[in-house]
This record gives sequence, C-alpha cells and structure tokens, in this order.
Amino acid sequence: MMEGKAYVVGDAIDTDQIIPAEHLVYSLRRPEERRMYGRFAMSGIPDTGQGLPFGSLPFTRSDAYQSEYTIVIAGSNFGCGSSREHAPFALAEAGGKAVVATSYARIFYRNAVDGGFLVPFESQERVNDRVRTGDIVSIDTKLGLLVNKTTGEEHLLRPLGDVADILRAGNVFEYARQSGLIAT
Amino acid sequence: MTITEKILAKHAGRKRVAPGDSIWVDVDILMTHDVCGPPTIDIFRREFGQDARVWDPEKLVVLPDHYIFTANHHANRNVRLLREFAADQSLPHFYDVGTPRYKGVCHIALAEEGFNRPGSLLIGTDSHTCTSGAFGLFSTGVGNTDAALIMGTGKIWLKVPETMRFVFDGALPPYLMAKDLILAVIGEIGCDGATYRAMEFDGEAVYSLNMQERMTLTNMAIEAGGKNGVIAPDDVTMAYVRERTDASFEIVRSGQSARFHSEYVYDVSKLEPVVAKPHRPDNRAMVTEVAGTRLDRAYVGSCTGGKLEDFEAAAGIIKGNEVAIDTFIVPATTEIGRALHSTHVDGMSLYDIFEQAGCKLGNASCAACLGGPPDTFGRNMGTEVVISTTNRNFPGRMGSKQASVYLASPLTVAASSLSGVITDPRTVLV
Ligand code: SF4
Repeated sequence: MMEGKAYVVGDAIDTDQIIPAEHLVYSLRRPEERRMYGRFAMSGIPDTGQGLPFGSLPFTRSDAYQSEYTIVIAGSNFGCGSSREHAPFALAEAGGKAVVATSYARIFYRNAVDGGFLVPFESQERVNDRVRTGDIVSIDTKLGLLVNKTTGEEHLLRPLGDVADILRAGNVFEYARQSGLIAT
Repeated sequence: MTITEKILAKHAGRKRVAPGDSIWVDVDILMTHDVCGPPTIDIFRREFGQDARVWDPEKLVVLPDHYIFTANHHANRNVRLLREFAADQSLPHFYDVGTPRYKGVCHIALAEEGFNRPGSLLIGTDSHTCTSGAFGLFSTGVGNTDAALIMGTGKIWLKVPETMRFVFDGALPPYLMAKDLILAVIGEIGCDGATYRAMEFDGEAVYSLNMQERMTLTNMAIEAGGKNGVIAPDDVTMAYVRERTDASFEIVRSGQSARFHSEYVYDVSKLEPVVAKPHRPDNRAMVTEVAGTRLDRAYVGSCTGGKLEDFEAAAGIIKGNEVAIDTFIVPATTEIGRALHSTHVDGMSLYDIFEQAGCKLGNASCAACLGGPPDTFGRNMGTEVVISTTNRNFPGRMGSKQASVYLASPLTVAASSLSGVITDPRTVLV
C-alpha cells in the first residue's frame, strides 16, 4: 500500500527527459552530489508537458532537491532511450516511490526493478488521461488497484509477474543471494 | 530456434530455450564507459566488497567515450575513476583518454578491437550495445546494477525474447543507406514496436552491406524498443572479424524451423530517403515531404552515423562545394579519424574535403550526440534546427530542449548541408 501526490506526464518520456545527459556527471554515491539527481529529475520534459494537464509544473522546484510528488503517472513507452540507471535513480532520489504507466521501455523497467529504486506498475488503461497532477492517489499492490482519492475513481493495474520476486527481495543482488547465485 | 534463442540457450547451458523463459546466462564480454562505469564500480564494491576482484579481467572492456573533451571536472573525474579501477584490477582492455590507445565511441571500438565475435554474448552499460549484433552475436544494454552483478559473477538473468524478422530484398539504390532502411522500419512499427523482442535483419540487401552499414541497422534496434538486433554472419563478417582477432568463436544461424513473432518484407528498390522529424525517431517522413525545411546546422557523427562509410558518403556530395550552414564532422573512433586523412575521393583526403568545404571537424567521441556538458563540441544551445546522422531526437537529446533535430542518412545530411534546407540526395547525386 502506498499513497502520495501524483505527477502526470505523457507518452514516450525518454531518459533524457527524465534526467538530461549533462547532469550524468554527478556521483551517485556522494550525498552532496547525488541529491542533484533529485533536483534535476524530469527537468528535460518541455514546459508544456510538465505536470499534465496543466503544464509548467516542475517535478522538483528549482530551489529543492526533493519532489512533493511521489507517484508518477505516465502513458506508453515510459523510460525509452538510453540505458542510464540514473533515470530511475533520479526519480527515487527525488522521493518517487512508484511509476504507473501503460507501458515501459525494457531497460528502464529492468533498472527500476533490479536496482530496487521504485515499483513500475503497468496500468490497464490510460490512467494519465484521468488523473491530474496534484491528485492524491493510493496504490493497493495486493488488489492491483489505483484509487484516485481526489476524484474517487479507481483504475486496475496489471499483476507484477516475474519481477515480483526481485521487488520482494529488495534488488537483484538480494534476489541472487536468496537463489544461491552469490555467496552470502 | 532463432539465432537469438540458440545463442541464449548455449550461454544458459541448455539444449533449448523458448521465448518467455527467464534464464541466467554466462557473459562473454562486459563493456562499460565513463558515464555508467563509475557508478557500476561503486555498486560492485558495495555488493562484493572494497577489495573484490572482477570475475574475469580479460572479459571486461572499458572504453571512455562520452564526455571526453570537456573542462567539466566531474566528467574528468569519471575518467580518472575508470583509470584507477583499471590499474587496481590490472584490466588489459582499458582504452585510456590521452594515450595512443584511446578509441572513442564504444560500440564501434568493440568492433574495431575484435570484441564482436559471432555466436557470443556481449552486455554493455549502454542502450546502443545492440550495435554489436551486426556480427551475429547476442548483445544488449543494461543498467549499472546488472553490470555490477556481471562484474562480480559473470552472469545476468535474461528473458528470452520473441524475434521479429525484417527482410530487405533487392539491390540497394545509390541514394539509400542502411540509415534509410532502419528509419523506415522504426517509422512503421513505432518507438515501442519491438519492445521486449529481438530484431533479426535478413535479405539480399542486408548481406550486400559492409559491416559498418550493418552496424547502422542493429544500432537503432533500441529506437524501436528492441532488446537486441542481429544479423547472421557471412563471409563479410568473417573477413572483418578475422582481421581483428584470433579468438575462437562459433557461427550460429536461425534454423529452418525457427519461429518468428512476425515478418516484415521490404523491396529496397521501392524505398525512398527518409527522415525522422522532431522529436521522435519514429516520426517518419519521406525526404520529399519535408524538403525545403530551413536548417541551422548539420551533424555527421556518433555510433550510428560517424563511421568511415558515413564520411565517404558525405564527402562524395560535399567535395568541391562549400557548406551553407554550420556542419560538424565527428569521427566515432580515432581509427576512423586517422582514416579521414588516408582515405581519398578523386585524390583528395576526406579530411581536406570537409575542411575546404568549411566544415567543423571534432575529435573522436560521442560529442553532441547526447548533448553533454555545455562546452561539448557541436552541442545545441538554443532553438537550432538540426539535421543529424545520429540516432535519437527526443527533446534535449543533443543539448537544448528548445532545439529541433531531424535524423537522416549521411547522404541526406550532406546534401542538406550544402543548401541549408532539407534536400533529397537524389537531386545532387550524379
Ligand atoms: S555516439 Fe551517441 S548513441 Fe552512440 S554511444 Fe555515444 S552517446 Fe550513445
């Protein structure tokens, strides 16, 4: 079960929009640098697409390192483009807990799961056309249900399938340890 | 089984695999670069210990290429971190910046240095790792976490993909290049048309291409969401590989009974020069539909369009003319950079052709293909309209998110650089 403010975007949000390439120079380990990923998360999205349906609502305010939004709601092919793990990392660093999209690019989805950054839910319908940025939404993982508490609407999510085991373990290392692939 | 399924089965130690199977496979080569290498190393140490050793130094290839010629001190630190790691782990295949070993763009360097071996399994921390599949191997891009797990164990879990087959029949006309073929495919199936799937390229027109052009096809598999792109090896592949490595390998081809998810057949003689309009690689238009669009700059470079073949094609059009707009020439690798001097068209070197035409020549690296720090060569800084031989045109990809990028073949880019508007190469090719 998770609950938070929704941030809504469109289709084919590629990794350059999630975290522009010029910021990839920062360390993902040093605290004073890694917070920059939170600051610049989603900053590559053109203004009109930032925080639908309104636009011009940045994910992270320019004076902040954390976003007020914790659940990203997107259309199709979220995270297409590069293989940069910096993308799910940046969303998590900003405080993101989950993404709900109609579909994902393969590498982003895998990175989100294997690194244990956030949960990539797939929605059965285009939830990003129904939810507005700022709405309070809750996700019930067991029921596979997203509830828009602001409007009362409910939306079905697809089962997590194969990757549920890795998500449950925490990340792919824990999963590999539990399955005996890495010595503990 | 398809070529992809056969390679995955072999590396999983199984007789058979089927699409949808989740398997652990042994990795033959892991490649990383300056953007994803340092965070991968951090995770490797976090998970396996500060003194951990990589699973097999012979199998790890480290190629700094992304942010090389910049004053950005964080970027330079990343190259330094790779250098320290390579020294600490005694890595034999580190191609350091500022040394004669420096190569440039990783995917082309892997080919040139003989790491693309038919039948093998190659993983890289870069989405365009699918490029290597041109050599009849399985290759795909992963993130830092997966790469760190490979660094420690030599293994990765993969889901066996279904295979989509793309057959190009006929003889390629002189005004078309591999870039036109792949842009046509992506335009047809869309940016997610091959998500979770393998893309196998086949047909007479594909086998008539040299290895550089074949790499353009597999390179952009990821722009359709593909997990890997692959072309079965032939004599052309063998000749290229044998020149560059003594390593043993095994040739694998799709079997008679291979099952494909779908098949697309093209008669290349009927295709036309294509562009991808802003801001998506699947936003296809015929060059004739956008001809006359005003441009601010032209860019020839990257792992897609910065190979020797690409510069030869561009030089054939540019020779003896002056460019009308800022035109950037960036060889993918130092080997290609040297070849610009030693390769001639009608007695003139490619380098001289570009220089006399007023082009701006840069050093081998990824350069403006992915924007990068503000001092990156050729980077968009404002509202430029660009025609480029690179592979992505999402907002901000080449620097500024106000800029507009058209993707096209080197022939179309060269023809457009002379007129300053999008120009059909058929109007200038004699
Ligand atoms: S040239 Fe461009 S696409 Fe190729 S590896 Fe470099 S940044 Fe990536």
